[in-house]
Amino acid sequence: MRTSLQFTLDGKLAKLEVDDPDMPLLYALRDDLNLRGPRFGCGLGQCGACTVHLEGAAVRSCLVPVSAVAGKTVLTLEGLANGHTLHPLQTAFIEEQAAQCGYCTNGMIMQAADLLARNPHPDETEVRQALAGNLCRCGSHARVLRAVQRAAGSLPAASNSKPA
Amino acid sequence: MTTRRAFLQATGGWVVAFTWPVQGQAADTAGALPVAPLPGGKAASGTAVRTASFPDRPVDRVEGFLHLTPEGRLEVFSGKVDLGTGVRTALSQMVAEELDMPLESLDLIQGDTSLTPDQGPTYGSLSVQNGGTQLRQAAATLRAALAAAAAQKWNVEVGAITFSAGRVRSGNHSARYQELVSQGPLELALDAKATLKDPAHFEVVGRSVPRPEIAEIVTGTHQYMQDVRRRDMVHARVVRPAGVGAQLRGVDDSACKAIPGYLRTVREGNFVAVVAEKEWSAIRAARALKVDWAPWAGLPDQAKLWEVVRNGPVSSHDAFQKDGDAVGELAKPGQPRVRHSYDFALHTHGSIGPSCAVAEWRDGAVTVWSASQMTHVLRKQLATMLAVPPEQVRCIYVPGAGCYGRNGHEDAAADAALVARAVGRPVRVQWMRADEHGWDPKGPPTLIDVEASLGPDGMISAWHSLGFMPHRPKTLTVALVAAEHAGLTHDDSSPGNIHQSLAIQYNVPHRLSEVNWLAETPLRPSWIRTPGRMQNTYANESTMDALAVLAGSDPIAFRRKHLTDPRADDLLEQLARFANWTPGVSGSRRQPGPLVRGRGMSYVKYELVRTYIGLVVDVSVDLTNGQVRVEHCHVAHDCGQIINPDGLRNQIEGNMIQTVSRTLIEELKFDRSRVTSVDWASYPILRYPDVPQVSIHLINRPNEKPWGAGEPSAAVVPSAIANAIFDATGVRMTSVPFTPEKILAALAAGQAGKPVT
Repeated sequence: MRTSLQFTLDGKLAKLEVDDPDMPLLYALRDDLNLRGPRFGCGLGQCGACTVHLEGAAVRSCLVPVSAVAGKTVLTLEGLANGHTLHPLQTAFIEEQAAQCGYCTNGMIMQAADLLARNPHPDETEVRQALAGNLCRCGSHARVLRAVQRAAGSLPAASNSKPA
Repeated sequence: MTTRRAFLQATGGWVVAFTWPVQGQAADTAGALPVAPLPGGKAASGTAVRTASFPDRPVDRVEGFLHLTPEGRLEVFSGKVDLGTGVRTALSQMVAEELDMPLESLDLIQGDTSLTPDQGPTYGSLSVQNGGTQLRQAAATLRAALAAAAAQKWNVEVGAITFSAGRVRSGNHSARYQELVSQGPLELALDAKATLKDPAHFEVVGRSVPRPEIAEIVTGTHQYMQDVRRRDMVHARVVRPAGVGAQLRGVDDSACKAIPGYLRTVREGNFVAVVAEKEWSAIRAARALKVDWAPWAGLPDQAKLWEVVRNGPVSSHDAFQKDGDAVGELAKPGQPRVRHSYDFALHTHGSIGPSCAVAEWRDGAVTVWSASQMTHVLRKQLATMLAVPPEQVRCIYVPGAGCYGRNGHEDAAADAALVARAVGRPVRVQWMRADEHGWDPKGPPTLIDVEASLGPDGMISAWHSLGFMPHRPKTLTVALVAAEHAGLTHDDSSPGNIHQSLAIQYNVPHRLSEVNWLAETPLRPSWIRTPGRMQNTYANESTMDALAVLAGSDPIAFRRKHLTDPRADDLLEQLARFANWTPGVSGSRRQPGPLVRGRGMSYVKYELVRTYIGLVVDVSVDLTNGQVRVEHCHVAHDCGQIINPDGLRNQIEGNMIQTVSRTLIEELKFDRSRVTSVDWASYPILRYPDVPQVSIHLINRPNEKPWGAGEPSAAVVPSAIANAIFDATGVRMTSVPFTPEKILAALAAGQAGKPVT
């Protein structure tokens, strides 16, 4: 059943026509709205690669039917920066070089942004718990933990370009 | 758009190289297919012309690797690809250093069979060691040629020429490199002896240069394979057999026809795929398709897997280290000895992004975009499967989710090529999670027996290891699943040189390492990070730990007594200091429970010829529930010359964390018909709350060769954990993964290792 719907996407109005209102939001974002931030990882809500914010809270976009976001507000990695000013998490991930393949990074950042919005100064255990549902296979965890804490202002600046 | 050939003709043709427009690579995902133009500007039409259109780039010539553009940029053509390891940055550093060019002036093109030379697959942690060394030598050759050209132009001695920031200088003379290039017809054979820059003058190599793509990754602008789109492209989903070897009896797509945008079902033998205009429609169609598979139950009973591996048919046998008479020595009674059998479960690669590929046919030739670690091998395999000359297949690398060996990328590429040929439009194939877990080729089950004895002097007197591993055909590759299912020509599947690191570095008078190559192993065997080397090092270093206990010796001291390699000795000494190691016999400081702690160590010189790694691991074991927690990994690492210290640390951290996951948790499950570990619930991996702290001590030797780094460090992880568990509990874990059930069973048995059956 062809359905028209609209929602706020990264601060702008997005209009969409879909064949199936039960299509997961992820496919609308990637295939109809040409975003690259949210990533397909499992389609089962198990890995977190597709994470976006719906009404300010982290959700798995592979599980949310697109019809459920009509009239609501969706924020993706592409919309996380404030204009040209990167979100502190984006800056911290660059400074800590907190990625290998980076396929899970979208989920790490969006989940951590949700955490920092609720708890601006989490300790390491709280960060680990908040990210427990986000999988990484390359083993970038240690760097992600440092980056999130750095973004939260709990780490002093480190240098990334010193000679060995 | 200036093609390289047009430029070369205009500038005197100093480099005779095959010239595709650089704009025609993966970054161009919307325009026309960049395979039409031929040298000389003739339009391509028909097979005969096509055949000439994909020559290989030379690996013995500078122009195979490097090209200076008129704008002063340096194009670097790398057959090795960046699988998320940061090697793009490391390789760029090596070239920029050798040519004294700013890093920003380099454009590195990777893994395009029409643009980049065949430097072999990106595996084995060989990108810097082999690929980088070739690039460095090409750069050094070019540098020498530039110096000679400048000396001739300015009539000065070559020794008076200096290089800095992309300029050649002498006295008042100064020129940009490309100005010298246009001076003369230069074709440059790669000089394997071209003088390399003195490491004392390194400015870029040895620095933690950040990876530029991370800024794209964190803003959602990085292009992954899964983001590639082509004009007029359709979406496909594969529908795999219900049993691994099941025959297709029938397909009914009547329910699919109600799905908007559904186009058709493609069937070729047992290969089935659905095609739709949009991705979600393809997913729905795959679910709606009725497929009738004949029953198949040809997999072994997993509960009896190790009996099957031990007693299965052997296709051949090899001995890799034969000194003295280990068998005869071990037959003598009276010598104290250890004897264990080590098994290591099947593992899946578990990339977070399931495999994806796009294929597009035009005029009988196909271009495939893939995250393959080996686009040149893929090209050959696709050509074989499709029965076309390799020249009519172009494979272009686009980064995917992390790749730790031959996973499903190549298979998705074959799926896409087959479906695209059938539908006549560009096709994107995206595997679903169950496709990835169920159908990527697997790290095979591995079984290793080790028996070793101590002489009266407390030194190892004899050592005998016997591995049971999947057979080893001449071609080390993995069959394309689409070719298997469609009944098309394909390779045999082999996991590669997995006997590596079974032979030991320790000085033992009687040594024998041998392998029974098995004719059959369940599921397609493949290579996954540290293939064989991890399993073999697990058996060897667990044995060393047991021998040290038997000898009443500290495990680090015991190893040093059996090594005469000064670099190994230095590494172990630095490891002990870095990890704040307290010497003692393992297990001699056991604490009361229920939560007990232990420390274990492990060491390897990778494949006996390169990178040295020592590891100390701290674990805790909960005696009430068998839960093991790896708390801290302390790594000492010597890979010779370090190119990018932070990139190296990133790789070591990742290898530690991933291998802790594999060692403690991971085991691929299957029933008699199919894989049953098909998602992250049925194949769990390590999560944040259980991730260990990783501390790394890098030993940099700028004047030595840059050896591979990454997978070598994973080799020591399972044994270090096993040895730490022994220290904590007195039980020796001889079966990976170390699940709570196995820990509890071993504790209950008071097990010091199960006997060889």
